[in-house]
Amino acid sequence: MAQNRIGGQTIVFNNNPPKIISRASIVGKKEGEGPLAEYFDKILEDDLWGEKTWEKAERRMFIETAQMILNRAKKEPTDINYLFAGDLLDQIISATFSARSLGIPYYGLYGACSSMTQTMSLGAAMIDGGYANHVLCVTSSHFCTAERQFRFPLEMGVQRPPTAQWTVTGAGGVLLSSSGEGPCITHATTGKVIDFGIKDANYMGAAMAPAAADTIKAHFEDTGRGPGDYDLIVTGDLAKYGRQLTIDLLKKEGYDIEDRYIDCGCEIYNEEQDVHAGASGCACSAVVLAGYLLKKIEDGELNRILIASTGALHSTISSQQGDSIPSIAHAIVIEKKG
Amino acid sequence: MDYIKAFITGGLICVIGQILIDKTNLTSARILVLFVTLGVVLTGLGIYEPIVEFGGAGATVPLPGFGYALAKGAIKGVKEKGILGAFSGGVMATAGGIAAAIVFGYLTAVLFDPKSKN
Amino acid sequence: MESLDVKQKKINEEYQKYANSISPKSNTVTNCIMAFLVGGLICTIGQLISNIAKNYYNMNTEEASATTSITLILIAALLTGLGLYEKIGKRAGAGSVVPITGFSNSIVSPAMEHKREGYVMGIGAKMFSVAGPVLVYGITASVVVGLINYFFIK
Repeated sequence: MAQNRIGGQTIVFNNNPPKIISRASIVGKKEGEGPLAEYFDKILEDDLWGEKTWEKAERRMFIETAQMILNRAKKEPTDINYLFAGDLLDQIISATFSARSLGIPYYGLYGACSSMTQTMSLGAAMIDGGYANHVLCVTSSHFCTAERQFRFPLEMGVQRPPTAQWTVTGAGGVLLSSSGEGPCITHATTGKVIDFGIKDANYMGAAMAPAAADTIKAHFEDTGRGPGDYDLIVTGDLAKYGRQLTIDLLKKEGYDIEDRYIDCGCEIYNEEQDVHAGASGCACSAVVLAGYLLKKIEDGELNRILIASTGALHSTISSQQGDSIPSIAHAIVIEKKG
Repeated sequence: MDYIKAFITGGLICVIGQILIDKTNLTSARILVLFVTLGVVLTGLGIYEPIVEFGGAGATVPLPGFGYALAKGAIKGVKEKGILGAFSGGVMATAGGIAAAIVFGYLTAVLFDPKSKN
Repeated sequence: MESLDVKQKKINEEYQKYANSISPKSNTVTNCIMAFLVGGLICTIGQLISNIAKNYYNMNTEEASATTSITLILIAALLTGLGLYEKIGKRAGAGSVVPITGFSNSIVSPAMEHKREGYVMGIGAKMFSVAGPVLVYGITASVVVGLINYFFIK
């Protein structure tokens, strides 16, 4: 019997809840001009960062974020048992090529923009299960690498519709540990792939909102908790309209989260930054969690949060073939303990 | 006067494109294909010629004008060379533009790098 | 199983309708005005080039038209290289997509973007990722028009 499972989709970390003992975030120039600028550890002045390609710049952000996390915890790569990581690019090259440099045993994961909580769920289970002492979880995305893969060349003069989102340039991550000081991960609710038939790749919020709502609802049902048990409920990158849809979908299920709910995609940029609906990308929830939310928990302003990174799992080929956009959301509970 | 006519004709053709983009979610690549093909068909039906006579560059500069040049070239080719002209006429009439796009496109790509966007 | 699919389909349809209802529509009126002004302006510049070619260089209509195209394609290629065409396109929408300058932009932008994948498979191959279909359908349609003229009209 799996004694640490509750309900259909949730696990509880009962044995040795993993602590988040170190964290770091690096963002691009535009993100550094937004309202959360002061929370990020490093802001690039130029999104190419002196590299030859955007892809190399993304990798460098990834590697430096990982190194920053390790330095802060005073750990060497050899102290780390696992690296769980992912990004948006084909064959997750940012994570994999960075893992080559870091030399840590590595599981590459693809969950599109849900990567942050996906990697943390699995990393937490490794630690709680007694299979690891230290697990590093990092994800990254870059506007210029994502844009060319999923949409148009940068210099092409096209208009973006109001529901379009802006991929965050950045990398964020955390170090999970079986011992030490830091906020704990207490639960993880694994999402199902949900598809309500949205096909518009310029309206990802609508495609992902049902997945977010489904996972949050499953979490409440499995744990017997409700919105009131959390200081803050957070989703990854649904942006303005996806956030509204999530509120409405959950209201239909009898959960009113509106007064304690933020979406990372709505937090990174100002209204004036011309990003339309908001932010997206693996780095969206990664830098908001690693930079902003964990700081608030450490400072005691937040005690217990539920965060669900959200991912759209389509590819350019599936979109061209007319398929709708399947989506997923993985939720974890982070709590200040002690 | 021909400047005003060009402005209005060209502007209106672009407005049709804008309405298509906003209302139908067509990507700009599809708009380009649609407009060129439309220009060819309308020229073949004899509808586009009067628009060109009225609008001048206002009708030839937008992409239906590219279609117009292709179709007109093909029709002219047929008159001069028969069936061979049906194949060679269109490309011949537009060869300057296509070659220019390739050469300038290549040179620009060699000389410039894309910039990150804010 | 089938009834479940039907039920899900109904949920999907309702959801899609609702999702569309809360999303703001593109501001078509403003967009159309911008498209009209920018598109009109590009064509007026084209008319100017054409008139110069005719009046000062004694070109016939076809030659003047080709010269106009080539000049506009060059200008648009430069603007794309300098990163300005994208800025115009963001505001002008179809106004900068539909004129021949948009065709030029659609060739130059992927070529620039893929330079880092090499001069042959990067620039050379990707140059026509957007403009290729335009030539495929445009040229095919023109051959069809030519053949129809040959067999039925001539």
